[in-house]
Amino acid sequence: MTAFAIRRLMQSAIVVLVMSVIVFFGVNIVGDPVDMLINPEADQEDIEIAIRALGLDKPIGEQYLFFLKNAFSGNLGKSFIFGEPALQLILQRMPATMELALAALFMAIVLGIPLGLYAGLRPHSPFSRITMATSILGFSLPTFWVGLMMIMVFAVMLGWLPSTGRGDEATFLGVTSSLFTMNGLSHMVMPALNLALLKISLVIRLTRAGTREAVLQDYIKFARAKGLRQSRIIFVHLLKNILIPVITVLGLEFGGLIAFSVVTETIFAWPGMGKLLIDSIQQLDRPVIVAYLIIIVLIFVVLNLIVDIMYSVLDPRVRLGDRKA
Amino acid sequence: MSRFRIVLAVAVAAMVAFSTGAFAKSIKIGLASEPTSIDPHFHNLSPNNALARHIFDRLVHTDSNQKLVPGLAESWKAVDDTTWEFKLRKGVKWHDGSPFTADDVVFTFGRAVSVPNSPSGFGTYIKGKTAVKVDDFTVHIKTAKPYPLMPNDISTFSIVSKKYGATAKTEDYNSGKAAIGTGPFKFKEYVPGDRFVFVRNEDYWGKKPEWDTVTLKPIKSPPSRVAAMLAGDVDMIAQVPTIDIERLKKEPKLSLSQGVSNRVIYLHLDHQRDNSPFVKAKDGGDIKNPLKDVRVRRAISKAINRDAIVDRVMEGIAIKAGQLLPEGFFGVSPNLKPVAYDPEGAKKLLAEAGVPDGFKLTIHGPNDRYINDAKIVEAIAQMLTRIGIKTEVVTMPRSVYFKRASRGGPDKTPEFSFILVGWGAGSGEASSPLKSLIHTYDKSRGFGASNRGRYSNSQVDKLIEDALATVDDAKRQDLLAKATEIAIGDVAIIPLHYQVNTWATRKGLKYRARTDEATVAMDVVSE
Repeated sequence: MTAFAIRRLMQSAIVVLVMSVIVFFGVNIVGDPVDMLINPEADQEDIEIAIRALGLDKPIGEQYLFFLKNAFSGNLGKSFIFGEPALQLILQRMPATMELALAALFMAIVLGIPLGLYAGLRPHSPFSRITMATSILGFSLPTFWVGLMMIMVFAVMLGWLPSTGRGDEATFLGVTSSLFTMNGLSHMVMPALNLALLKISLVIRLTRAGTREAVLQDYIKFARAKGLRQSRIIFVHLLKNILIPVITVLGLEFGGLIAFSVVTETIFAWPGMGKLLIDSIQQLDRPVIVAYLIIIVLIFVVLNLIVDIMYSVLDPRVRLGDRKA
Repeated sequence: MSRFRIVLAVAVAAMVAFSTGAFAKSIKIGLASEPTSIDPHFHNLSPNNALARHIFDRLVHTDSNQKLVPGLAESWKAVDDTTWEFKLRKGVKWHDGSPFTADDVVFTFGRAVSVPNSPSGFGTYIKGKTAVKVDDFTVHIKTAKPYPLMPNDISTFSIVSKKYGATAKTEDYNSGKAAIGTGPFKFKEYVPGDRFVFVRNEDYWGKKPEWDTVTLKPIKSPPSRVAAMLAGDVDMIAQVPTIDIERLKKEPKLSLSQGVSNRVIYLHLDHQRDNSPFVKAKDGGDIKNPLKDVRVRRAISKAINRDAIVDRVMEGIAIKAGQLLPEGFFGVSPNLKPVAYDPEGAKKLLAEAGVPDGFKLTIHGPNDRYINDAKIVEAIAQMLTRIGIKTEVVTMPRSVYFKRASRGGPDKTPEFSFILVGWGAGSGEASSPLKSLIHTYDKSRGFGASNRGRYSNSQVDKLIEDALATVDDAKRQDLLAKATEIAIGDVAIIPLHYQVNTWATRKGLKYRARTDEATVAMDVVSE
């Protein structure tokens, strides 16, 4: 398994390198950050000073090599806008995004799996039908619209929840997060649900499909014939078998939750990485965009690795070490 | 028992009153854009400058109409042609209790232009000026040539403490360590991306603000900002979208504060090239650039129905424009009125100019920079098409637009032929737009940096340059007005409207709408 992990990481390094070329050149073709940065009253001389200060007067190839050289020593460049290292800016905002993504993942699991299981076991009950119909809405309604509607209903009309922002933080077991205060949780409910909606629907449908397929399999019939309790059949034999696709998808989707919570974070003014990314794109803060995408690639690589390892735990037939990747 | 009940009721009522407002003096403001640093010299950009006003003072302050008022300097005057004397306020204390003196001022002149990693600093306002300490409370600022805009320039940058600033980096300001100002508020907390928190400076030398605590929360998404206001999560928001204004007016819990800004939205046309890339004959062939003919430019101006733009596109939230700055600003001309809508007259002018059937034109504009910018561009294209100038619309994000509009063509010339832009006069007087938009493009002398139409008129240039060297206010005012009149008569640019900004507050509060568009807690007052 170690060999497998090492091989995977080496492949990932190449992916990251290729990615950096594409992103760096792509981002540098678009627009000119100087116009975003400079005060309009500045004269031509000030504008040229700003261009030189950002290193934008150099040919792009040279800029890339400079970036690459620094990147190998862990320096992904400095933000044009904040003047701080891009990596530091991103890491600073990562906890907020992580807690949102974890909360959304949690919702997807605790709501999605039981609902999907029920709908799979009793496909014709009215409750199952309602669940499945709702899950289609979850897929098809645009995130920004649902987010704004949630704010209108729960914050503006009912006044139950705060409309935007992140709540108070507290430290528990060395981790500082807004998950540990009531105020923090009340701020989190809406953005997390907004972010989770699509994932919940996805998990419901996957679980239901898996369940419906599995109940017809011989091993379930045999378990029934053997006289096992219904709960044991469902929670041990059935669930274990249908979880593999669910975990694969959730693992990948978790990456998506972290990387592309842009819309939710913007609407709920959540101070996370997604909001940083969209702001950076709007203002052409190139170093942050490049650093962000590189970090996201790394996150996806690691998540895929974890998913593969979890396979082998769940399904003993999968032997990672033997596979020629 | 019943007496006890009454006492209880009174007590409860008192507590409710106490908790719901009468004495609760903190304020939360939802900002439309996010300041990037507490360091007042890190980035010379509006959101940062507005933020800095809370913690720091300037030598010269500007009120909500951008009129100059004494700040850390009690008075100022030109003592000779090239020297301005600033008398500093005595007894002012930094937030740590140490006294403010001329040394801090001299130090600031050095720091404000030399912050490491600064994307763009205050060089524009400081270069060519030397600050000399005369005594602890007198500073002389010298220039090589007479410089009438000294107090305006001096009003743009914050004075920082030498004691903290000498060793501080931008991070030290962001952490609060060096965020020691003389301003009305003291730094309390900064959570990047989320909030800025300030508390009142009880020893402030000037009028103390009403608020004990100020929280500034950037909420960039406009609908979310409005929702936060409606939900009562914030007490005030900046930049209410024009589309929501009617609705918010009906909301009993809110009130709106509006004010005209120093920003004119205008069209720039290609005055220079004989073959302008986005001007074509009706059949698509090449044509000698008709925009160089003043009659065509006048026709375009007449073809634009400014009332319709203000009423329909801007939902009534704008004021139609006839020059570079609205009435009341220094240097505006009393003789210039908005050009009236006259499509027939426009067609006549086109005929006189030898293009009776019009021509083909492409108008370029940003779609995320000014209020309703893309919609304005579309409206103008329709109006011009009606008089025969078949106009196509291209809009793009500002990150792409401004580079191309300024230097996207060959040899870094402006790429487009006909564009929509806006200009906010940071100095609050007419020399700012005249110098940057109207004066001939002259890189070596720093004139016409934003003259994207390359308009050039030596008479106007002379007037502008004279004005910039005339210290006498009345004479300068006349020169600026004269320059404006000639340029507008020449249709150097086509002014459309002045932007009006809208803030929403909860009932009982009012915002003194600032012409410089800044959102600061000091201008929020109870009614």
